[in-house]
Amino acid sequence: MSTNGNGSGEVLLTVEHLHKAFPVRQPLVDRVRRLPRQRAVAVDDVSFEVRRGDTLGIVGESGSGKTTLARLLLRLLRADAGSIRFGGAEVTSASGPELRRIRRQMQMVFQDPYSSLNPRLKIGAAIAEPAVVHGIVSKDHADEHVAEMLSLVGLPETAAARYPRQLSGGQRQRVAIARALSVRPEVLIADEPVSALDASIQAQILNLLDDLLQSLNLTTVFIAHQLSVVRHISNRVAIMYLGRIVETGPTERVFESPQHPYTAGLLAAAPRPDPSTRHRKPAVRGDIPSPLRIPSGCRFRTRCAFAEERCALEDPALLPVERNHLVACHVLPFRTEAST
Amino acid sequence: MALNKPPPARGDPLLEVDDLVTVFPTRSGVAVAANHVSFSIAAGQTLGLVGESGSGKSVTCRSILRLVPRPGEILGGSIHFDGKDVFALSARELRAIRGAEISMIFQDPMSSLNPVYTIGDQISEPLRMHRGMGRRAARAEAAQLLDRVGIPAPRERLDAYPHELSGGMRQRVMIAIAISCKPKLLLADEPTTALDVTIQDQILSLLLDLQADEGMAILLVSHDLGVIAQTCDRVCVMYGGYVVEESPAAEIFERSRHPYTAALLRALPEFAVEHEGRRLTPIPGQPPDLANLPDGCPFRPRCGFARPACEEVPMILEPAGPEHWTACPFAAAGTL
Repeated sequence: MSTNGNGSGEVLLTVEHLHKAFPVRQPLVDRVRRLPRQRAVAVDDVSFEVRRGDTLGIVGESGSGKTTLARLLLRLLRADAGSIRFGGAEVTSASGPELRRIRRQMQMVFQDPYSSLNPRLKIGAAIAEPAVVHGIVSKDHADEHVAEMLSLVGLPETAAARYPRQLSGGQRQRVAIARALSVRPEVLIADEPVSALDASIQAQILNLLDDLLQSLNLTTVFIAHQLSVVRHISNRVAIMYLGRIVETGPTERVFESPQHPYTAGLLAAAPRPDPSTRHRKPAVRGDIPSPLRIPSGCRFRTRCAFAEERCALEDPALLPVERNHLVACHVLPFRTEAST
Repeated sequence: MALNKPPPARGDPLLEVDDLVTVFPTRSGVAVAANHVSFSIAAGQTLGLVGESGSGKSVTCRSILRLVPRPGEILGGSIHFDGKDVFALSARELRAIRGAEISMIFQDPMSSLNPVYTIGDQISEPLRMHRGMGRRAARAEAAQLLDRVGIPAPRERLDAYPHELSGGMRQRVMIAIAISCKPKLLLADEPTTALDVTIQDQILSLLLDLQADEGMAILLVSHDLGVIAQTCDRVCVMYGGYVVEESPAAEIFERSRHPYTAALLRALPEFAVEHEGRRLTPIPGQPPDLANLPDGCPFRPRCGFARPACEEVPMILEPAGPEHWTACPFAAAGTL
């Protein structure tokens, strides 16, 4: 059950019709024949809003475009089309001091804290550097700032003098969080921040994040493939499939009453630590299609048990089924409406 | 070091691991990855070996086929498979068992398949080697195996290379190779960890289907309690190189009798969701360093029930219920 973020804050981040495709290397023969270059679609017409204090969970399997989306939000990648408005600024076209300001206000935490920390930089220096660069603290006061950040994430002050390799995975993720928070951001973008951690450590980091998001009133985009983790941490959720949001809404509504067949399939496929929920038949059939050849109409139809003729012809729009709960499906939401 | 008492044999076990000790020399000392580990698997049964990283579950699994990577070394204990003493087999006898009577699948099917041979070649190899089939017969059988593991258009797929397949399809190919000689035991080391959740679900269903049809036993190694709950008949929980609890799967999830297992289950987000709690219940501290285990119970420094006596308890599995053993003497005696 989520308590942080009540959805009543002002809209802080607005994403509209965002597109990103990656050109694919073309064989020489095709180039000589001047065939059009193929493009792998990663994010395809994605729109959503995040209100101040909200935690939006983004769920999807590999190839769903969730990591590309995170990189677009931070302008680590340039969008092909669409807009990202963040606190009055347009992220997709920002440059110079404006882009620097945006990047200070939006910070990212990655999955693997080992590869996202410089192995030759002591923890203290790693945390101080962004704060000094962005002018949050002067060099003379950096040590105090580092100590404050370390205590914020539950690490002893002595950790400042250590190197990343001297810390455990959980401790390194605490450092990555401290580094992100050291520039006092408004938005935290966390891409699979606990996926590489063991279950017992995962709970430590999730509790820490939970505390920080609330005490600092951070707005968060939390990307993960683990449904239980997203359900725990976020108050709103968006389910992505092949570059599209197929369902979005308040976390509890989406998890208790999934309206899109893909969401329902994901929930059923997630192995629960309860032997009484065993099922022999797979919840979703088939493989995710190639992003080079996205199916016509509804992109989930090739794996969907409810697919009808119409699903191959018309691309379903993301439409409300109840307040704040949107679903892109021709078939299932209407069925449940009819049955109630 | 105390002896881990093997639980009494149940029926006629297909595989019996008895007092296995496997070690790795490290810079900070000798890491005991499998510490007097004992368990057995009956024919057709699925045993889950569950634990966090560094608990010794993978090393235990690899010790069964004597596939411990250097400089790791099996120091003691015995392993009996189908009446044969595995540690007494010659290299040649062992090769005859590997891939035939006991086969194995791994986490990453890309690195366990050879990138320069076609799928068909790789499935045919064990058929020709162990079952003495000719090229043509092996190819026909390979197509049937691909069909059996749910690969569409199997005949065309025979000529595909591993990189042309998705992760899920590659794991299906690995399973096809693994079942090609109708093994009595399949060792599956984190077989679905690298896969997406819908594909994981498909692969686990496939494994259970094959098991029901072929009657093979499975040793499933996983860090994921959800995967274990969905697939296993019995479960061994490992911590710090020891088996700390063993019981039927339903028992361990409903009435776990070791503080570590109980704490691990409570740490899962699913537990908080079920109990409408916002807070998770992490296990404090870090998993132990296998080269520097504390005296007595390795879980002692993180255990909410720890008492001075825990520094001296031997790590012996004691009965804690029907078909249920725990290495915590206080949990066994009901005096936690």
